[in-house]
Order: sequence, then C-alpha cells, then structure tokens
Amino acid sequence: MAAASDLEALRRELVPAAGPATLSHGSFVFVLAPRELVPTVRRLRDEFGFDLLLDVTAVDWPGAVLRFEVVHHLYSTAHKVRVRLKTRVAADDPTVDSLGALYGSAAFMERECHDMYGIGFRGNFDLRPILLYEGFVGHPLRKDYPKQREQPLVPYRD
Amino acid sequence: MDTLPSFPNPVRSIFEAIRDDSVIVNIGPSHPATHGTVQIIAELDGERVLRTDVHCGYLHRGFEKECEDHTWHNLIPYVDRLNYVSALVNDFAYCDAVEQLMGLEITPRCRYLRTLLSEYSRVVDHLTCVAAGLMEMGAMTAFLYLVMVRDFMYEHLAALTGARVTYSYGRIGGLARDLPDGWLVRLEEILVQYEEFVGRVHALVDRNRIFIDRLRDVGTITTADALSLGVTGPILRSTGVPRDLRKDTPYLAYAELDFDIPVGIKGDNYDRYFVRMREMDESVYMIRQLAQMLPGGPINVDDRRCTFPEKTLVYSQIESLINHFKLVMDGPSVPPGEIYCAHEAPNGELGFYLVSTGGGTPYKVHVRSPSFVHMGAASRMLDGGQLADIVPTFGSINMIGGECDR
Repeated sequence: MAAASDLEALRRELVPAAGPATLSHGSFVFVLAPRELVPTVRRLRDEFGFDLLLDVTAVDWPGAVLRFEVVHHLYSTAHKVRVRLKTRVAADDPTVDSLGALYGSAAFMERECHDMYGIGFRGNFDLRPILLYEGFVGHPLRKDYPKQREQPLVPYRD
Repeated sequence: MDTLPSFPNPVRSIFEAIRDDSVIVNIGPSHPATHGTVQIIAELDGERVLRTDVHCGYLHRGFEKECEDHTWHNLIPYVDRLNYVSALVNDFAYCDAVEQLMGLEITPRCRYLRTLLSEYSRVVDHLTCVAAGLMEMGAMTAFLYLVMVRDFMYEHLAALTGARVTYSYGRIGGLARDLPDGWLVRLEEILVQYEEFVGRVHALVDRNRIFIDRLRDVGTITTADALSLGVTGPILRSTGVPRDLRKDTPYLAYAELDFDIPVGIKGDNYDRYFVRMREMDESVYMIRQLAQMLPGGPINVDDRRCTFPEKTLVYSQIESLINHFKLVMDGPSVPPGEIYCAHEAPNGELGFYLVSTGGGTPYKVHVRSPSFVHMGAASRMLDGGQLADIVPTFGSINMIGGECDR
C-alpha cells in the first residue's frame, strides 16, 4: 500500500479539482462530471504519476436519472496507488471523452466498453466491435438485454 | 431470419492496401499458432509487416453477463475458465475480492496455501508459454522436456483438487479441501525434476545461435510504450521495469517471502523468454519457502455467511440444514459496495471489479484481463517486423483466449 503521505498529498491536491473523494478498499474513488474527466486524468498522469490506465468499463443503473456510470481505473507505479474515476452519463446521450490521446491502452478498452454498454467515446474513431461481431444488435451487458437472446450468424438447422 | 442485419464480411480490417506493391494477408482465427482464436490482418511489403490489425472476441462467451445471474459461489467454475492455464490464480483473485468486500480475513493456513498454489500455477503457466513458443520455432525436444514437467504438475494438482486443468478449488473464505497425505513430499520430487529439465532447456537454447537470431531484437517494445499501452506482467518487466504487484502491493503471504523480480534489458522476445524462465526459478524458491512455513489449523474461516457447515451437521441439526440451504439457494450474503482487487497473474495484472447491491448475486462482475489489454499492444510489437516473426512474438505475449475474450 502507498505511504500515507502520498495519499494525503493526493487527497489535498486532487479533491478541490475533482470533487469529493473516498477511499474504498485501497482505491481512491472520484465522482466526476463528464467534462472534468479528461482534465482530471491529465493532471493525474502528469502531476501524480498515474502512468497506467488499467481498465475502462461501465455500470448500468436502469431507472437512475444518469443511467450509466463509466468507470476508469488508473494506477501509479511510482506511488503504488489506485484511483477509480466514476462518470455518470444519461441514457439518451451516453458519451464521454476518449482518453486515447493520453493513454494508448484506452483505444482497445473503450472499444470493449462501447460493445458491451453502448458508451460513446468522443475522439475514439475506431469503435468497431471487438468482442462482439460486426452486425450484432444491442449491447449485451445492459441490464435490459435478455441473457437468453440469440443472434446466430448462421441460421440453425431444423 | 430477415430480422437479422446483413453484412458481407463479418471481419473487416480497418485499413486497405495503400501501396500498389503491398498485400494484405489474413492470419487466423483458426491457425495453430494463434493459441486459441485471434485474427491478425497484416499489410505486407514482401516479408516485412507494415501494419497489423488484431481482432479478438472469437472465444467470447458472455462471461460477465452470465455472472450477473449466479450466486457468488457459483462463479468459481466460471472464473477458472478465464486463464485456463493457471486457473488457481483466477480462483484466488476472485475469492480475495469477494472476501475483502465481505470484510473477511482468511485463516493463516489458507493464506499460505493460496500463495503456494499461486506460485505453482505460475510455474505451470510459464512452462506452457515457453514450451509452446519454443516448439513453434522447431525446438521439439525443449517442448517435450517442459511439457513433461508440466504434466507432472497437472497430475499433482489433480491429486489435490480432483481436476487437471480447471480446478474450482478456491472457496469464498477458504479452499475446497486440505492437502492430501504426502502431497508436499511429491511436490519436492517434482521441483527437483523441474530443475533438471529446465537446466537442460537452458543448455539447449540460451546460447543457441539460431534461437538468439530469431529472438534478439525481435518484437521490441519500449518501457514508455508498454506503460502507455497498459502492459503489465512479464512483458513490462522484460523492458527493464521491476513492477510486480507481489512486491508493490503485497497480498496473500508475499510480504513474508524472499524473492527477486527478474527484469529484461530491452523488451524483445529473448528478454521475455528469459524473464519467464527466471520467474519460474523465483517461484520454485518461493514454493520451497512456503512449504517450510505452512502453518497448521483450519483452511476455512468460521463464518456462516459464506462457509458451508459440515455435512454431518447438515444431517443432524436444523440450523446447519437451513444454513446449507440458504447458502445454496441464496448464495453468500455480500454487503453492498464495490471493489477492484488485482493479483499478479502469470500474464500480468488480473483485476476483478465487483459491484454488489447486497444479497447473494453480484450486480456486476468485470475482469481486467491482461491478455485483452496485451492484444491492444500487440500491433506495436508486430509492426515493422518480419512475417515469420509474428508467430514467436505472438507466442511471447502469451495470449490466453479464455481471459482475453471472456
């Protein structure tokens, strides 16, 4: 785990910029507005040494005003600290800015998130299906996608 | 069937040939050297690779969707099938995540046993990767030496868990069963065999001119690129960065062990081979320490929220019967919350992001699988190389379809 002073410096520096932070199971958790995402990540990378973008995913909360929660996980190899960034977006325009300009790993992981949840990433021009196939209709990890639905590419034989 | 969308070709490349003399070739997904199913579309100038476009997803089976429909315990066989070469690491990382969410502390014996078995799995995984990589370059003897040792380990793990590859051995709050008699004695015998045969492989290939010519300065990636592309594990360490979660944020019993982190010099295929070979030696060193340190006592926590009561009690006490019934039907009760828990899997950082809204079934399970992220970085290592180097470079990334495509 990180030294307490690193955590304290992070909290002091970042909290005014990024809003309230909580410490959950060893990770800092920030809840951001969509427009704050890229500036916050840039500061995390340049000023706090968060050099690894580990993961991009989303959580679907049907019925909530802002239905989708886009979740980014970052890690600092220098401070050995983890950060989770949560950005809520509405169902009618589920779009956040892409982190592709900051991290090369964003391109692939955003494609997966787009596949699974239909989240758009502004600035990522290669959102082709990656785990699904071309022509797949819908976003399977959304809660309203029935688990049993089938979309066979080749018709079943009788 | 007219509701289905029509599309001429389900897999398109992002690029088309830009030059008159370049050609686009398709490699995979069903190719023996793709270790599962991955497709590489490459634009070639003669034998030189200009650009590549890596497609995965051919083994996608809806793991994360399926997980939302089962109790926490029932996911253990599923997580086994992510990285099916070192299934125990997945088991323990998943169980650790759920345990932290529940605020459980596992027993000392369980902690040491999980560490021992994680390292044992790491040896199995690296043996497989190195053996397959060597075989693809024609080193059949080295392949057979390594796979023979690996098979001793598979049989040995089968004696403990009852299965050769997918063990379902972890439990939330403990393990399925304790070590059988004589297991540690056989373990030492296998480690001696391991040393003999890995020594022979070192002698066969380390200074072999053909091998060096094929691997040195091939598939190189710099530290800056590797970090930017999210690369972790042996590939990142092969670029010279001693970044290892076992040292950086020690979990299980790693803080009490003595071990080194082998690193490479310049992040090419030869470094990746050597880092894996040296990591296995460190793992064996750790296994021997752990076998000495292994404490007695129970392997499961005594917590009725997750641990099944003893079978004799289920048949004789109504409380235990109800407890058993509730655990099977409703699942372990995990309080609301979310967690990202990462373990150092043989391929890199394996993270479980779990969201619970309370109750026996997860709300969301997301796996940060190293293989998937490494596939995003694969183009960087393949571009500019030779067509024939795609196979060894791809082999040294050690993509595992199960965890890549989920």
